[in-house]
Amino acid sequence: MSKISVNGKAQEVERPISITELIKLNNVAQPEMVSIQLNGQFVNRDDFDNTQVAEGDELDFLYFMGGGSF
Amino acid sequence: MDFTEEQIQRYSRHILLQDVGVEGQEKINNGKVLIVGAGGLGAPIALYLAAAGVGTIGIIDGDVVDLSNLQRQVIHFTPDVNKPKVISAKEKINLINPDVKVIAYQKLLTAENALEIIQDYDFVVDGTDNFPVKFLINDACVIAKKPFSHGGILRFDGQTLTYKPGTACYRCLFHSPPPPNAVPTCSQAGVLGAIAGMLGTIQAAEVLKYLTGVGDLLTNRLLTFNAKTMEFRTIKSKPNDNCPVCGSHPTVTGLVDYEQAVCDIESHRKNKNK
Ligand SMILES: [Zn+2]
Repeated sequence: MSKISVNGKAQEVERPISITELIKLNNVAQPEMVSIQLNGQFVNRDDFDNTQVAEGDELDFLYFMGGGSF
Repeated sequence: MDFTEEQIQRYSRHILLQDVGVEGQEKINNGKVLIVGAGGLGAPIALYLAAAGVGTIGIIDGDVVDLSNLQRQVIHFTPDVNKPKVISAKEKINLINPDVKVIAYQKLLTAENALEIIQDYDFVVDGTDNFPVKFLINDACVIAKKPFSHGGILRFDGQTLTYKPGTACYRCLFHSPPPPNAVPTCSQAGVLGAIAGMLGTIQAAEVLKYLTGVGDLLTNRLLTFNAKTMEFRTIKSKPNDNCPVCGSHPTVTGLVDYEQAVCDIESHRKNKNK
């Protein structure tokens, strides 16, 4: 069991998992649209599969947001 | 710059602030700010910057006021429906504060005109609804070394980031525009009207902080909030070396007009034909 944090909230994962799996676990509606920061560093989308999340890691999921012009 | 009695009275609540004072107010009055979009975010931004006495406010928007805008675009009033947004905004700004010089651009910001327009301003504020223009503002400001405020709202959420040369840009966080229609815009998904005010006033405060040099800007920090829970968070960021525009091997070296979501263009056409 590893304790991590996602967007400032504590989460536990049962085994080492990749960022791709973590995105799935968090039911992100459009996984191809989320930006991920791991311990303050942006992770390239191409590395989501091979980047493992470990005990104590802090992750931020950032989502696209439009605006208010129209 | 010598303030008149009337100006001292008008700006007294700023002048009273120890961090601002007469000097800070002078900086505001000498400031030149470009607001891109006279909509949900642009409205509160323009109103507060006008009231604050920002000397020159440029406002760019190609749209006309639609009845569906009035739920949140508080600078436009019911009789303004069908009027160009920049004209409606200019009228209100002048009514609030005749000190302000307003430059209205009734057009879209494009790859062709962006650099030329922004060069006249100290600070650019992104109040647009669509990703092609958000990325265009980012790229133009990074290339021209111009500080700007990014703002985005959707449904019950808002996010904002301030950029200054050398700090994380919008592309550091969001590499490239989402495919058209992949992410809904407010015109597709809806937005709680007051959210536009919440975010727009934060952006306006950032502009005033930048002009006066007071406090710490939202640089290298993305502020996000959700109005359902009223939870605010700032996510610390730093310049991303792989950023396509400000990273060490930039691939974006000029400006491009990215493809717009089809339904946005449709809704524009609908508005124009009314
Ligand atoms: Zn960047």
